Amino acid sequence: MAPIVSIRNLTKRYATGFTALKGVDLDIEEGEILALLGPNGAGKTTMISIICGIVTPSGGTVTVAGHDILADYRKTRSIIGLVPQELTLDSFETVWSTVSFSRGLHGRKPDPALIERILKDLSLYDKKDTMLRHLSGGMRRRVLIAKALSYEPKVLFLDEPTAGVDVSLRKDMWQLVERLRAAGVTIILTTHYIEEAEEIADRIGVINGGRILLVEDKKALMTKLGRKQLTVELAEPLAAIPPSLAPFGLALAGTGERLVYEFSTTGERTGISSLLSALSQAGLRVRDVSTEQSSLEDIFVELVGEDR
Amino acid sequence: MNIEGVRAIYLFEMARMRRTLLQSVVSPVITTSLYFIVFGAAIGSRMQEVDGISYGAFIAPGLIMLTLLNQCIGNGSFGIYFPKFTGTIYEILSSPISTAEILIGYVGAAATKGLIVGTIILLTASAFVDISIAHPFLMALFFVLTAVTFSLFGFMIGIWAKDFEQLNIFPMLVIPPLVFLGGSFYSINMLPPFWQTVSHFNPVLYLVSGFRWSFYEIADVNPAVSLAIVVGFLVACLSVTAWIFKTGYKLKS
Ligand SMILES: Nc1ncnc2c1ncn2[C@@H]1O[C@H](COP(=O)(O)OP(=O)(O)OP(=O)(O)O)[C@@H](O)[C@H]1O
Ligand SMILES: [Mg+2]
Repeated sequence: MAPIVSIRNLTKRYATGFTALKGVDLDIEEGEILALLGPNGAGKTTMISIICGIVTPSGGTVTVAGHDILADYRKTRSIIGLVPQELTLDSFETVWSTVSFSRGLHGRKPDPALIERILKDLSLYDKKDTMLRHLSGGMRRRVLIAKALSYEPKVLFLDEPTAGVDVSLRKDMWQLVERLRAAGVTIILTTHYIEEAEEIADRIGVINGGRILLVEDKKALMTKLGRKQLTVELAEPLAAIPPSLAPFGLALAGTGERLVYEFSTTGERTGISSLLSALSQAGLRVRDVSTEQSSLEDIFVELVGEDR
Repeated sequence: MNIEGVRAIYLFEMARMRRTLLQSVVSPVITTSLYFIVFGAAIGSRMQEVDGISYGAFIAPGLIMLTLLNQCIGNGSFGIYFPKFTGTIYEILSSPISTAEILIGYVGAAATKGLIVGTIILLTASAFVDISIAHPFLMALFFVLTAVTFSLFGFMIGIWAKDFEQLNIFPMLVIPPLVFLGGSFYSINMLPPFWQTVSHFNPVLYLVSGFRWSFYEIADVNPAVSLAIVVGFLVACLSVTAWIFKTGYKLKS
């Protein structure tokens, strides 16, 4: 199936001369949830803003459902919904009027029943006649989400939807994302919380310095994460691995005094005990044993660190 | 065409204006009444008729224009400046709506309100002086064209302005002198030849003169020229606005 959003060699150089995107390629599949991770200033908001029409690209192309975002902006923008990072709302409008406004702006006929349902889903219905400036930060965030849902987008961009949001609202938000996915909505969200990406995403992308460093299936990433390393420190260094230990697929590290064994914690048996007995049968004296597990956080830090 | 989108912007703007209607109607009504009391009654009673009509009636079209210009520029500029200022413009920019549609929404609403307030001023004026309208159709045409043109002009100012000071430069500092020196309170025939020539560079002269001709059939310049100037200015504003949206000038980074 063709990707719903296809980004090719997208670049952005701001008027200040700063290059925020340095050739981004990314395909987003229909119906998936893609989490974009990246440090502050990585270019997440810039990328989303270009796709939505708020920032003009300097180079490259983006298509949404096969339509070019510049030439066919009417088509692409009626498919896309955006919940911006900043809590920008009109002060003097009511919750109901601002959400209805969004629907109209996107060319949809009024549908009070739908708006009522959205507001109820987001626990905003009792605030429907409240002026926006009288809402708390978390409520404003929900109003922004309600606005984006009001025109029933097929692709939804959530730019840090859970920034500054309390734990219970965050859980609500995740449930909402789950419901939207069930309804077939493609969701792209940016976040600084790695556990959030782990919790709800199908795929995880890492962006830094205007480049995509990695986009991978969460499951594949998790199996990588499910791998552990056992490091055996030997009393005397080895020149080569003895043939009797070949089945374990060991690697020799350092100056030969360390043996590295990789195993899966998800497998039925780890093979650690047979390795240890094989070591003593081979007459090797073990000084120390340690295990290590990499987390998504490690991968992230490592990727972004290398990139600097 | 995204008709729902145009309607949404138009109604949003009209709702915003309704919240400030009192202030935007009361203040020009008071100002206009003061003009009539001071210029029309106090000074005007000692003045001769101008071109055969009473001084009070003579100044009425100019006063209506003054209010119309201020209203349209003010509403047109604020309507777009505010979302730019607060950041809510993101929603307009990311909507499936064209430049023309955005303009119809914002400019249409600003012009509507300008016309409402302008009409109220016309009624206020007729409470003080005898007003006759010789060419109602032409008068309405000038009225609407001016409202649309200056709402559009205001819209451009709203996009250009980077702070509230710049936003207010035109309504506060540029329009009043142009209106006062544009023959609103006198016929430019009363001026020395040099100042008559200078006055012809003032676009508001053409507006006021043409508008007044539609009332009393007296004019400083040919009414056809007046109409041509208004239409020309409208076309110029439309071109600049089209360019703004094409390039994203000050709207998109
Ligand atoms: N309008 C602008 N003009 C100039 N530079 C900008 C502009 N907007 C963003 N930038 C720069 O572009 C870079 C990327 O910004 P962007 O907002 O896309 O980052 P981000 O990944 O969303 O960060 P965060 O996690 O903090 O939201 C930053 O270095 C920022 O300073
Ligand atoms: Mg951001």
